[in-house]
Amino acid sequence: MLELAATATTSGGLVSSMMASLAIGVPSLAHLSPLDIAVIVIYFAMVMWIGFYLKKRANTSEEFFMAGREMTAWIAGLSFVSANLGSLELMGWAGSAYQYGILAAHWYWIGAVPAMLFLGIVMMPFYYVSKTHSVPGYLKLRFGQGSSIVAACSFAFMTILMSGVNMFSMALVMKVVLGWDITFSIVISSLAVAAYVALGGLRSAIFNEVLQFVLIWGGALLVPILGLIEAHGWTGLKAQIIHNFPTQDYLHMWKGVGHFSDNPMGVHWTGIVFGLGFVISFGYWTTDFLVVQRVLAANSLRSARIAPVIGSYFKMAVPFIVILPGLLALVVLHNPDGSLMHLVGEDVVSAHPGMGLHSYNEVLPLMLVRYCSPGLLGLGITALIAGFMSGMAGNVSAFAAVWTYDIYQPLINKKAPDQHYVSVGRWATILGVVVSIGAAYLVMNAKGIMDYVQALFSFFIAPLLGSILMGMFWKRATKAGGFWGLLIGTITSIGLWAWVKADPSALRYVAISPDAKDMAENMYRALWSFGATVIITFVVSMFGTARPVAELNGLVYGATKLPKEEPVPFYKNEWYWAALAVVLFLALNIIFW
Amino acid sequence: MKSTEISIWFFIGVLLTIYGVMIMLYGMWEWVTGNWKLTNVVLANLHAPVWWGAIMLALGLFYSLRFRPGKEL
Repeated sequence: MLELAATATTSGGLVSSMMASLAIGVPSLAHLSPLDIAVIVIYFAMVMWIGFYLKKRANTSEEFFMAGREMTAWIAGLSFVSANLGSLELMGWAGSAYQYGILAAHWYWIGAVPAMLFLGIVMMPFYYVSKTHSVPGYLKLRFGQGSSIVAACSFAFMTILMSGVNMFSMALVMKVVLGWDITFSIVISSLAVAAYVALGGLRSAIFNEVLQFVLIWGGALLVPILGLIEAHGWTGLKAQIIHNFPTQDYLHMWKGVGHFSDNPMGVHWTGIVFGLGFVISFGYWTTDFLVVQRVLAANSLRSARIAPVIGSYFKMAVPFIVILPGLLALVVLHNPDGSLMHLVGEDVVSAHPGMGLHSYNEVLPLMLVRYCSPGLLGLGITALIAGFMSGMAGNVSAFAAVWTYDIYQPLINKKAPDQHYVSVGRWATILGVVVSIGAAYLVMNAKGIMDYVQALFSFFIAPLLGSILMGMFWKRATKAGGFWGLLIGTITSIGLWAWVKADPSALRYVAISPDAKDMAENMYRALWSFGATVIITFVVSMFGTARPVAELNGLVYGATKLPKEEPVPFYKNEWYWAALAVVLFLALNIIFW
Repeated sequence: MKSTEISIWFFIGVLLTIYGVMIMLYGMWEWVTGNWKLTNVVLANLHAPVWWGAIMLALGLFYSLRFRPGKEL
């Protein structure tokens, strides 16, 4: 989802590409055998089994919305990463790697790892100790109802809309790759997600996300392994890329980002480090309830702290199944006549119907078809479906919790029996799926919406980060400061976006350079809106009266007495594993500098 | 203490076991009959379904047994 939020172009391009393919009636890329179908059907049977099995353990609101806070660090950590690893991300970023090279890995390393470690080590104690049920719930405790309602409404609205966009995108993928009917794909996958989340609540969503995470790796890992064998290893791959594309640098992450025009993405290192690496990444990984909810379900503070650290290792590994296939495609994909296949943009595909061209975003399906025989192909397709379902289940379970705790309870029915809120949560899950389906068809019938939806999502990330950080680390921040900071930060983000839409030349001010492209614009817009939130929160707070420190226990750094944790051997200590993750993260960036 | 609930790792083990058996058996059939030569799959000579299926089966059996319901923890 972060990748979606951060980049309108990549996933928007994926959908546009798919739509173009549909419009010109391109035949599907793969045909499934009965064995492949059996693999997919067994997967659906398994997720439903889990949902029905866990129904008996979702009777109280704590069980339904927070999985009873019984998840181990491993389960919470894998679910944390899996909720983010959608099929659209897998396909879109494999296409980006083909187009931009290893530069795309920034969204998996600097765009995720520092934020995940910060969440686990620094922020999690406050979320966990405050016993909040959601991120808007934390804002309510810290800044009062106003900020919480703003955050809850924007989150609920965007979560459902994004769920619809993902649903439609997944259905398009199935249509283009397999020739499946769009409505069939939407209905089957949505019903499955609605059933297992409504039945088993967050526990069912988390269990299935762990299962889906294993399947994503099981289905996708074979492609880079066989690809590297065919390309004669990493050294052979590098040599062939340099030979095939002598004028382009596909193999360095930092060398070409000294200036906007020196790299195909049109990004600058300041945007990557501060915009992506700080504001967007920290905003998503530390304040988006979709992912934070998984960690809040951990069975202890130590588990809650170590879960994102575990997740960071898997996040660092994801480029192996996403970025590497994109790079491999640069050298192993060939046309039937033996010449090197050149994937193109969606505009070129649609301008030349019937020529058998493929777009960048078809990299992963093309590679799956290249290496996977019956059974394995079904496994690969199941991985894509599992990716979609884990993302969608994340959306609807987070929506159900925020709707029930942060909108329904404070505004509609303050005092009801616990069982009533569980019922509301179940119905909210089903309602969320139904509205998502509506959003999917809305996107289908209004093609330009896709880019707007993704830009909309990014509006709320950066201001929310500003509010949460000011609230968590500055005792002086007031209720009014939190509310106005969040509101004006959001308006700033929307205003900057509208300014560039109305006058494209404004890009030179918003993104500092006229050479900047969409991704750079997103990064700098996030920076400005974060800055606006922090400044407004600071200024308004200075004119108000701060809450007594005693009231801030469990909410603010310096005013909170954290529970003493039992000493554990170093290999069970979150600091040890976080330090190791930092070393690995730095090493990867240096190796691929 | 005996576990009374089914662990998620058991579910994963069962699924990997079923997939492992299906994919490995198909790969072996393809190998024995020589049908792998007729496919358009690149590197079919490496018989990926056989070893990938075997890896999944081994992992699946390990998790199914290690986390089976009622096992002493």
